[in-house]
Amino acid sequence: MAALTPVVTNPQGYELPAEQRRVLRWMLYVGYAALTAGVFHGLANALSYARISILGWFPGLTTYYQGLTAHGVANVLIFTFSFANGFLPLMTARALSRPLDRRWLWSSFGALVVGNVLVIYAVVSNQASILYTSYAPLQAHWSYYLGLVLVVVSTWLALGGMLIDLRGWRREHRGARIPLLAYISVTSYLMWFLASLPVAVSFLVFLLPWSLGLRAQVDPLLTRTLFWFTGHAIVYAWLLPAYVSWYALIPRQVDGRLISDSYTRVVWILFLLLSIPTGIHHQYTDPGISTHLKALHGVLTFGIFFPSLATAFSVMAALEIGARRRGGTGLLGWIRRIPWGDPSVAAQLLAMLTFVLGGATGLINASYTMNQVIHNTTWVPGHFHMTVGTAVALTLMGVAYWLIPYLTGRGLFSRRLALASSWVYAIGILIFARGMISGGLHGMPRRTFMAEATYDNPAWRLPGILTGIGGTLMFVGVMLFFLVIGLTIVAGRRGAAPADIPVSETLTAPSRTGWEPWLDRLGWWFAAAVLLILIAYGPFFLTYEPAAVSPGFKLF
Amino acid sequence: MKVHTYEKGFLAVGILVLLACLAALLYATAGAGIHLPGRAGRIDPKQVYRTPPFDRPGVREVAPGRYEAVIVGQTWIFNPPEIRVPAGAEVIFTATTVDVIHGFNVEGTRLNMMLIPGQISRNSYRFDDPGEYLIICHEYCGLGHHTMAGKVVVEPAGGS
Repeated sequence: MAALTPVVTNPQGYELPAEQRRVLRWMLYVGYAALTAGVFHGLANALSYARISILGWFPGLTTYYQGLTAHGVANVLIFTFSFANGFLPLMTARALSRPLDRRWLWSSFGALVVGNVLVIYAVVSNQASILYTSYAPLQAHWSYYLGLVLVVVSTWLALGGMLIDLRGWRREHRGARIPLLAYISVTSYLMWFLASLPVAVSFLVFLLPWSLGLRAQVDPLLTRTLFWFTGHAIVYAWLLPAYVSWYALIPRQVDGRLISDSYTRVVWILFLLLSIPTGIHHQYTDPGISTHLKALHGVLTFGIFFPSLATAFSVMAALEIGARRRGGTGLLGWIRRIPWGDPSVAAQLLAMLTFVLGGATGLINASYTMNQVIHNTTWVPGHFHMTVGTAVALTLMGVAYWLIPYLTGRGLFSRRLALASSWVYAIGILIFARGMISGGLHGMPRRTFMAEATYDNPAWRLPGILTGIGGTLMFVGVMLFFLVIGLTIVAGRRGAAPADIPVSETLTAPSRTGWEPWLDRLGWWFAAAVLLILIAYGPFFLTYEPAAVSPGFKLF
Repeated sequence: MKVHTYEKGFLAVGILVLLACLAALLYATAGAGIHLPGRAGRIDPKQVYRTPPFDRPGVREVAPGRYEAVIVGQTWIFNPPEIRVPAGAEVIFTATTVDVIHGFNVEGTRLNMMLIPGQISRNSYRFDDPGEYLIICHEYCGLGHHTMAGKVVVEPAGGS
């Protein structure tokens, strides 16, 4: 049997300089604070589908759509990327046992904070109630576009720091394979860097100058297509940090093993290649895009389903190996021997289970003609609250249960409260998604203030009520999470914290011969991804003549 | 790279399921003739009401048993707010917007299009069952978005 191989270079332990730990910790705090702030309007939104309006209770909130913008921006942009900005560089540095470059780290944090301040100003003053998709010709205040650009820039700076770290390590370890944990962390953000370029162009070249009055008009189909050019891959940028935990950390947390090193790298390469050339499946119902191109993106979207199928096998195998080592037996009896009592594990197991339903509904969204039945109905938020809203969010909450103690040196405040948070949240999402998905099949529209809509359909009544109940439970789950983490930071027992991250081992070692070292040639894979993007998006940009026809509208 | 037998089986089944789904989609499009909106022309959003066919919004018979419904989306109404078509006839929906992006979703059908400034949206549908169908704007278009709806009234064939 091949030797077990740790996913980091030095399994004995490595600790980053205190200053760097502090910056990374504050990056994470920004993220978890955004999660908590954003779910307040999540609650209002869910209750609105039950025809209950609680907007009057929100101080400083002018309209439903202002709150909905805050919910989207805080929960899928600020939360996810602040977490990744702290988590991925930390994993890279730990895997390589090298400190990060402090200038890149500080500038990443600085860009994130300044970006946040600008976005918060624009949203709170009701000058940016255009929802996070920022579809022109609805026009926000310039500070909103600039703030979001700075948030994206902070992710680039985080990647820059990771790449410098990796380059330094490779210089000192010629011919060695990149430690797996560093490999998947860097590749995750490498994919995101490539994916983020179109939306950066859209904001910097078109929307920001347009909001400043330097450009009179924009082409709404062009900026929308640039948004979705980034907009499908962005969901993998949210998901991959969660996958890093599932692949490289969870096996250790459940006493299992990661089955294969190369297999894991192949999965990340597939995400790098296929995440981006699929964006047009979000625009199936758009005019102005040829149906052939829509079909091509549809087929490629089915392709991106493959690495997630592979993930299902690998993660389940790791769980089973662990459970059997802990004495589990039987075809399914081993499931009881997974450490469900560990709040970090339980949260992530519930996230994985929910993700099965999230993936299945996603495949339906991608299904070309079938998309017409559910496009822009509540089916879609029903789907993505099971993916980003649970597979990602609940995983990142689960990670916090060891990560925040690890970074603060304080023990988790209450294991029971943390477990309760995850279960309440998971039960909530299943009720919520059942409501939204069934309502969507009856045409219940998303992004709509249903509590005051002038039209109705009796078939939306029960789905709306389920949405309200489920959303309320999810809100309670996040509040419990906030309580546990907040109390851990201020009142957790000193010294009761883990001294290292959970470092897994792989059953098969990375090979130094054959084709497998080619997986580490990230530059070449990056170039291959660019080539695929040119094939998938070239036909649109070569045949589409942009026409700036729309001045800005401020209808909020 | 060693791949476990179970894993090969798992992935093979997965790939077969994906291929079966793709085959079903191919059948729906090529066999059953269900199409997505594609490229149907450009328009200046400021000149919509001066550009045919949008200078005369409403329903007209373009051939025996074939109708065209011309609809303009604007904050926060559909123009015309109500259209009447006979059951069983093919109706070509041609629509656009004069201001921001709107949605055009006829409940209980697969008629689902985005209306984007500068673009003409087109798709066709046959209503087999008489009755009233809500047209919902399902893309956020400003403060009054949740008040933006219209109606398709499908009349029994040969009734008039």
